[in-house]
Amino acid sequence: MAVQTVQNNKVAELDIFRPSRSLGAEAWSRLIRNKAAVTGLIIITIFTFIAIFASVIAPENPLQINAGKRFLPPPFFKGSTNIKSESQFLLGTDSLGRDVLSRVIYGARISMVVGFIPTFIILMMGTFIGMIAGYVGGRLDNILMRLTDVIYAFPDLLFFIIVMVALRESFIGRLMNGLILLFAALAIVNWVGVARLIRGQVLSLKEKEFVEAARCIGATDFRIMFRHILPNSLGPLIVSAAFSIPGLIITEAILGYLGVGLRPSTNPADIFITSWGVLMLDGQSAINAQPFLLLSPAICVALVVLAFTFLGDGLRDALDPRMRGTQ
Amino acid sequence: MVTYFIRRLFWLFPVLLTVSLVTFIIMRSAPGGPWDTDSERRQVDASTTKSLNAYYGLDKPLWRQFTAYVFGDTNDVSHKFVCGMVCGNLGPSYRQRGRSVQNILFEAPPQQTFWQSRFGYSLRLGVAALAFAIIFGIPIGMMAALKQNTAWDYFGLFIATSGISVPSFVLAIFLIIIFGSWLHWIDIIVDNWIELKYWIMPATVLGFGTMAFTARLTRSAMLEVLRQDYVRTARSKGVAEQFVVLRHMLKNALIPIVTILGPALAGLVTGSFIIETMFSFPGMGRAYVQAISQRDYSMIMGTTVVYALLVAVANLSVDLVYVFIDPRIRLEE
Repeated sequence: MAVQTVQNNKVAELDIFRPSRSLGAEAWSRLIRNKAAVTGLIIITIFTFIAIFASVIAPENPLQINAGKRFLPPPFFKGSTNIKSESQFLLGTDSLGRDVLSRVIYGARISMVVGFIPTFIILMMGTFIGMIAGYVGGRLDNILMRLTDVIYAFPDLLFFIIVMVALRESFIGRLMNGLILLFAALAIVNWVGVARLIRGQVLSLKEKEFVEAARCIGATDFRIMFRHILPNSLGPLIVSAAFSIPGLIITEAILGYLGVGLRPSTNPADIFITSWGVLMLDGQSAINAQPFLLLSPAICVALVVLAFTFLGDGLRDALDPRMRGTQ
Repeated sequence: MVTYFIRRLFWLFPVLLTVSLVTFIIMRSAPGGPWDTDSERRQVDASTTKSLNAYYGLDKPLWRQFTAYVFGDTNDVSHKFVCGMVCGNLGPSYRQRGRSVQNILFEAPPQQTFWQSRFGYSLRLGVAALAFAIIFGIPIGMMAALKQNTAWDYFGLFIATSGISVPSFVLAIFLIIIFGSWLHWIDIIVDNWIELKYWIMPATVLGFGTMAFTARLTRSAMLEVLRQDYVRTARSKGVAEQFVVLRHMLKNALIPIVTILGPALAGLVTGSFIIETMFSFPGMGRAYVQAISQRDYSMIMGTTVVYALLVAVANLSVDLVYVFIDPRIRLEE
């Protein structure tokens, strides 16, 4: 009897003195217990640092052309040809004798930027349109959803290729070596998924009691939408952002690899010099002599994309524990 | 039910019309044209360009060119009405003279079957990739679910996660370098696609993502079925384990997988152009990439519409298959 009372007291104590935590803190503690998600987070952090401090980290000048040192293999690899490698170039050189390691490091910049900035635009556009469609409903909802149908039917990679080829020489295509055009093309296609997601959320949330309560005390539609409904659909939104980033990075790499991506820069003042996709395109011509020109950007793409997927899985489990293991 | 599908079918027309309009606008805003250089990459002089433009109707106002392509127009030379895309006429190719786009895409070279056409090649590659995905994906997912939280499960999950996230062309790079360049197991450059062994690499690479997706879907569906009452009932009345797994569990777990097959195949056929370009595969995707760089307007339009139609029909087929497979689902009228 006595033992049980003590136990009960302990339980009561635990319950009472457990500090109250916000939903975010709760989710965060679940996230950092997930080994895969933490690994992903660490990899992403490392690549972000590499991207920001590329000019400090890169051992060589990525634009320095070394005549007569084309396609040197890295020191640890013996290529099919008997070209002697130089220890100065840790991953060998490319078609113009430029240091591959430095170029890969600079390539991280474009991939990270292409991952983050269009995602931000997509979230803004998608949330706004989905929110209006779901909340206002009726004919407006119908028109917006038919628009998303059309965009869904358009094969997206084909759209990117056509846009990038068609508008390459136009004004917008020349801005920042085509980066702005790429952002715009990616955003135009990808907001659709977010808009549908948010619309679904709004449709189910706007019938909930707390929305009714807010309306009773005279909250405006705007306030209900952005202070009551939006915070309650943040979870799925964050998860979809985490899954959208790797998709964008892959798209940029594919476009670069097909030769319709960003134009490579030769201006040392540029922040964005080359991308992983462009490097892979370059590496395809020397697959036997210098495979690391192709391999190193490919490994980087695979690593970053995997990291984001692990983080996305972890975030989904953390933000909505009911979803754990169902996907 | 029937009216629902008829409505969905009619809805295809505005979708395809919008797709072709968007393609038309973007394509025409591109600098350059189909006659910039001839087949020997020489510059074409202005008078030739002018007569070519007149012959193909490229001197007409833009809106008229669009309606001529989509609906049809009277021909200036013969004064007969030539029906456009709505009749399945995708227009004459501007770069491969004397051949129409539907001819390039769907007709094989002389003395060869349909399977040797551009579309036939892409379709076969898509089917091969889908076969790979099913043959490996379903068993991996089943093993992972039946042996949940063991090494099997983690291995399966690892394959699934990496397969879904790592893009196919990156995987292709790894495989080409390892098996082609270092181990010399396969030829990197293939010029005849008759021998079956050359199909292994592109089909594997193309199907890997779908395989991973199938494995993941099978695993979660099996895990759900695993705890159902009818499975416990089957076990308790002494049904042999392999029958429980195959008849009671797998049969029900396959419902979501069967429904994704159509869109998966459409995705594999339409999404293969980067793999086709990498392996110099004579399919539709490579023709499309070439057409873009050559500004072959009708070829770009025609192929985009064929792609969009494939994807739309595949998505429609999901809903149809659902109704047949799962009697619990009723579609609103």
